This record gives sequence, structure tokens and C-alpha cells, in this order.
Amino acid sequence: MNWLSADRLRLVVPALSLAVLLAAVFWIQPRAMSYTGLNLLFNLAVPIALATIAQMLIMTVNDLDLSMGTFVSFTACVTATFLQSNPLLGVLILAGCVGVYAVLGVVIYLRNLPSIVVTLGMSFVWGGLAVLLLPAPGGVAPDWIRAVMVSKPPFVPMAIIASVLIAAVAHWIVIRSAFGVVIRGVGGNERSVTRAGWSVLRARASAYALAGVFAVLAGMCLVGLTTSADANIALRYTLLSIAGVILGGGEFVGGRVSPIGAVIGALTLTLAASFLSFLKISPDWQIGAQGAILIVVLALRLVLNRHEGRTAR
Amino acid sequence: MNDQRDNPVLAVNGASKSFGAVRALNGLSFALAAGECVGLVGHNGAGKSTLVGIMNGGTRPDSGTIHLGGNDETGRYSVAVARKYGLRCVFQELSLCPNLTVTENARIAHASISGFGWRRRAERVVRSKLDEIFPGHGIDCDQAVGTLSIAQRQMVEIAMAFSESDGPARIVILDEPTSSLDANIARQMLDHIRKFVGGGGSVVLISHILSEILTTTDRIVVMKDGGLVAEGPSSRFTMETLVGAMGSVVRARDAAAPPRDRTGTTPALTRRGTDGAPEFRAYAGEIVGLAGLGGHGQTETLVELYRGFGGDWLAPADVKAAFVAGDRHVDGNLPMWSILRNISITLLTDLTRAGIVRDGDERAVAQSWRERIGIRTDSLDNPILSLSGGNQQKVLFSRALATRAPVVLMDDPMRGVDIGTKQEVYAMLRAEADRGRTFVWYSTEIDEICQCDRVYVFREGRIVVELTGADIREDRVLAASFSTEAA
Repeated sequence: MNWLSADRLRLVVPALSLAVLLAAVFWIQPRAMSYTGLNLLFNLAVPIALATIAQMLIMTVNDLDLSMGTFVSFTACVTATFLQSNPLLGVLILAGCVGVYAVLGVVIYLRNLPSIVVTLGMSFVWGGLAVLLLPAPGGVAPDWIRAVMVSKPPFVPMAIIASVLIAAVAHWIVIRSAFGVVIRGVGGNERSVTRAGWSVLRARASAYALAGVFAVLAGMCLVGLTTSADANIALRYTLLSIAGVILGGGEFVGGRVSPIGAVIGALTLTLAASFLSFLKISPDWQIGAQGAILIVVLALRLVLNRHEGRTAR
Repeated sequence: MNDQRDNPVLAVNGASKSFGAVRALNGLSFALAAGECVGLVGHNGAGKSTLVGIMNGGTRPDSGTIHLGGNDETGRYSVAVARKYGLRCVFQELSLCPNLTVTENARIAHASISGFGWRRRAERVVRSKLDEIFPGHGIDCDQAVGTLSIAQRQMVEIAMAFSESDGPARIVILDEPTSSLDANIARQMLDHIRKFVGGGGSVVLISHILSEILTTTDRIVVMKDGGLVAEGPSSRFTMETLVGAMGSVVRARDAAAPPRDRTGTTPALTRRGTDGAPEFRAYAGEIVGLAGLGGHGQTETLVELYRGFGGDWLAPADVKAAFVAGDRHVDGNLPMWSILRNISITLLTDLTRAGIVRDGDERAVAQSWRERIGIRTDSLDNPILSLSGGNQQKVLFSRALATRAPVVLMDDPMRGVDIGTKQEVYAMLRAEADRGRTFVWYSTEIDEICQCDRVYVFREGRIVVELTGADIREDRVLAASFSTEAA
């Protein structure tokens, strides 16, 4: 029982589904089984993985961020314009964005507002700002970000290294560090955290700010890959990030999250899209088929969870 | 004793607190000396939990002062200040984070355990205390708290309260710490309290199990309606005087009615016993008790019986069984809803016409149960969580009893309910049983088991003995619960 603890089991399903999907892709298209192939399969997963971690941090404190897509789009626009032309101002704007996230965390907690409503409102704000900044697709990625994103480290492609790094850092912050325990505690039982003398306000603000940091990184990575930005570049990230967290074994409430799972979830979602292209399924059907994959994986997890619940009793 | 009292480690003077229209505390004064264990007893809603909240810094009193270690902390008192004085609390409702492991919960409880290697230190702190208080506890500190049983969670919480972090625990407040523990484990905890007090620590013990209070504490404070009604050395109290002071009377078991002859009648409920265990039977009009140590398969049996009444997919048109949950935070309350909605949820099929709930009828039913069972609130529209624990439990009772279900299954529903309420509920159960309802009642308390017509004692997941009529006695139940351990 011990080696298959609840937390490990949480990781088994996403890891397994990724492995199965990857095997299927390799079977259909053996040429994908190479340095370049893997990089192409996964490089768009890097910004999604970062956004998924950001979403996961918000979900850790039992909230949901519906502005993730527009926020990442906005930071991508900032990266492709200000950060490129006037780095200092660009950094200040992005830092300000992180500050806004912290303030959102405070406001949502103090006014006892539903996060869904607040972030839905914010999504229009971010979307509007992005359009003001880049009314038409354009901008240029700063050279250094571009250089990092297209770099070719020996043996292992950049996309894989970046994913592992993101998973490791997020795991360390959320699961291993003492700070992460407090954040998850807020999600699990806010009252007990308060009673132990912690400031829930500070914990929630930090969770939001950290989510802001990861979302900003997502925007920067995305621009590094696409070389230019547009105001709608990452709109699907809102739902992708939520799906990624859930696919990776996280839950909407209760502070039960898994950063490694979330990254795997993001990879799985990206791979599912490629897999369907390899199958030559028409794009009209792809979104539906992607949904079907999601449902199958989640159903599998439900079955395993039930099994876990039975053995725990 | 007197000079100790002149120099208390904790003193609350003239504290008052109101929640809306309800006055929870009424100018109460309370002092605690070093090396003293004080028992705090009183009805639900007597103000004990409010007093605990004021002492631990979670609740700010409307008026009154609070001194710790001789310093006036009235204006700036908070949970953090209380912890600086080594004050720890175990709350009536379990307050650990279910998604975190035992070790991680220790980190939440002790903010000082941080920095590199905190995990190892946190585990050492909580494990050493668990080993000390509950030898042979069998709890894995890397397990998520949500996967532990209620009793194990309570043990963790108790161990956490007594453990040392930045400073030793000096004052420990235990609010119903034994409510989910079986007798053995409760004894281990009470022994630890005496040891802790012997070492100069102070304990406030709140418990509805009066024998615990009488044997463990040095001094007893009796509260009623937000004030102090009696106080004195524990040796001066007996079970009767204590109950008398609280304002309710312990009634001896009504002269047991001889067991009725059931041959020829079909039982309302049966369950075949496995491996030679006695068969479970419950007849209409009976109160059947499930006894034994906590967590020996009683709850599972209740759930199985309940499942036997219908599928999970379709709600049956006519309700055949109702369930009163024991762990009200998990299985009972709808925490975001009002008291009214919490009562009427089981009745909605009866209260609707063409899919619309008839508001007037809903309110009338809830109102009548509020009066019958005495739910203490100024309005049924208040949220359920505004009620004290015992009153929340009364709401869950009304929810089950208000249905037409001929069978009511109860999963240790009286946890943390005061004696007065219990007596009322016993009488109501008896009246309902006389009308032909069948009750299956799992209880961890002997006096509740003694209210039953037929008792099944559980051990290690199965029924070991069936008792009826005059055989239902404490010694018989205990003997059956423990016999393997004694052998």
C-alpha cells in the first residue's frame, strides 16, 4: 500500500496515458522518434506547461483563473513589443502584472468574491490591453528568448529539458517546500491554517503572485517559439491549462494538486493534437476527438480513485 | 491551591460575547493555574466553545480582559500571541488539512519548523509525541490525513497539541478530544494529561463523558447559558451532582421491558452473518444497537444496510430508509445552506407539486421539527454552520425523522451532544419506535446502547454477540468487545 500512496497513484494515470499516446505516435510515425521529432512534438507544450502550473497554483487555493488565456496573450504582446524595444519598461510592466495577480488574490479573499467572476472580468481587461498593444499581429521576440527557445542542447531536445525543469521547480515549490505546504493547507482546510496562526491573506496573495510569474514565463516562451505575437495568441490556454491540471491528477477543490502531473497533462494535451493530425483526422473532428481522449483518461482516473478509496477504508 | 490561583497562567475576566441576537458568553471569568487540569462541562450552547475561542485568540470578546502569564494581553491578543505563551488547542471538529500528510500538517501547526530539512524535523516532532502518548498507534506520518480514520486523525491532532516546536506546550485546551476514540486510546490520552499536568503544564478538558472529567481533572467548572454556575475541586462532585449542576437529570435505564417474543414475525431487516457470526435482525418497532469499540465494522454495516434499500442511480419513489450521519462535516451538513433547507432536503419529493417546492409546506415542516427537537436558533434561515455542534446534529435528526421512512439508520449521531439533548432524543426515538419505526443505532457510548431493545456487539468487522432485554449491560458489552485482547 505504501509504495502506491494516494499521491503516487495520482501520477500513474497521466504518466500512463502520456506513454500510451507517445507509443501510438511513434508507431504511426516512426520518424518522430528522433531529436528533432521530439522537439517538434513537444516544443509548443512548454508554454502550455507553464500556464498549466500557473493555473494549478490558483486551483491549489480552491480558485479558478478564467483569464489565463488572455493574460498569457497580453504578456506575449508585452514581450514582443516593450521587452524587445525597451527592456527596462518591459520588465517593469511584467512585474506589474505579477503585482496585479497578487492584488487579485487579496481582493478575492478580502471581499469574499468568487474567483471565477473576478478573473472572467479580468480576462476582458487583459484582452483589451493586448489589443491596444498589438491591434494587428506583429512584434518581434527578443533575441535572447528566441535563442533560448531554439537552442539545441546535446542529446536531449530543449522541449524535454524545459518540461522536466518546469516540473522539477514547480514540484519543489509546491510539494517539497515549507511554503508550498501552507498554500496547499489553505486549499485543504483554510480554518486550520488560520488557527495555527498563519496569514491566509499572505498565502493566497503569494499563490496568486507565483501563478502570475509562471503565466508571464508562459507568454515569454510562447513568443520565443512563434517569434511574433498577436492579441489572441493564447486564448485556448484558459481551458487547456484547466484540463491539464485535471488530467494531471489535480482536483478543483481541496488543495490536491500535482505539479509533475500538471506538466504531464500539458504534454498529453499537446501530443493528443499531434496524434490526431498523424491519424489524418480532419481538423473539424479534432477538437471533438481531443475531448474524447480527455474523457477516457479522466474515466480511467475515476476508476482508479474508487479503487484507492476502497483500499483506504 | 490558593496562591496558585493568585498567579494564574491564564485568566479571562468578565468576558462577554454575542453572535447576533444570541449571547454566547455573559461576563464570564475563568482562571487556570500552572500544574492544574480544569474540566469544563455544560450543555451544547452553554458557551464552552466560545470561551475556548477567546482563550486561544480566535474570537475577540465584546468586553472583558485576558491575562497570560500575568501580562495584560487584552488589546492585542491573537492566535499568534497565544502560541507564544505555549497555548495549544484541540478543537471539537477535526481541524487538520485532509490533503496534507501528517508531517505536513505538523508543519502547518508549528510555524517555527521551516528551512532546510523541515520535513525530517516535523516528522520527528509529531512521531515522537504519537509514540509517547499512543504507543502502538500504527499511523504512518507520510500518509495523507484524509486517508486516516477519524480516531487516528484525532490522535494526530492530540499529539500535535502536546508536541514541542519553538517552545514547549504550557497550556493545552482539549475540546471533546475523546469523542471519536475508543476506551483504550482515550485512557492513554487521559494518562498523558495527568503526566503533562504533573510536569507543570495546564490543561482545560471539555468532555461530555463525565467519568473522564471526574477522574482526570483537579477542578471542575460548570457552565450554563454563557455563565458559570458551579465550580469546585473535582473530588467534591459526583456524576449526579455534576449533571444536576448542568441542569439535566440522568435517568436510569427504564425498567427493561421483557424482550418481546418475535417468533412468527418477519424482521424488517436481516443480514446474514459470515463465518458463524450471529445473523443480524431488526424487527419493526425496535431500536437495535450496534456496539463495540470504534471502527470495528459498525459503520460499514450501516452503509451496507442502507445500500440494500435501493440503487445509486434512481431515487426511489417511496423512501424506505433514512440515514443519520455521524461525521456531520463529511456526510451530513450542506454547509452553504440554511437550516431550513438542511432539514427539508430529504422531503422534497413530498413537498413538491409539478416540480416546484411548496415554500409554505416546507417551512411548516421545518418549523414543527424545530420545536419538537428544540433547535436553538432565532431563524431557520440562518446558515447551518451558525448552530453549535449539538444543534447541527439535531438538524440531521430532524432530516431523517421527518421522512416517512420505516427504517432509520444512525451512525453514532450523538457525538458531542450534551446529556440534556440526548435524553430528549432518546425519548423521541422511543416514541417513534413505538409507532412502528425501526432504528439501527451505532453508538460508542454505553448509556446509549442501554437504550436499545437488541444489541449486536462488533469486533474486528463482524458481530460477536447478540444481547437482548436485561442482558444489555455494560459489563456484557465490554466483555464481548474485548475478549480476544484479554485472552
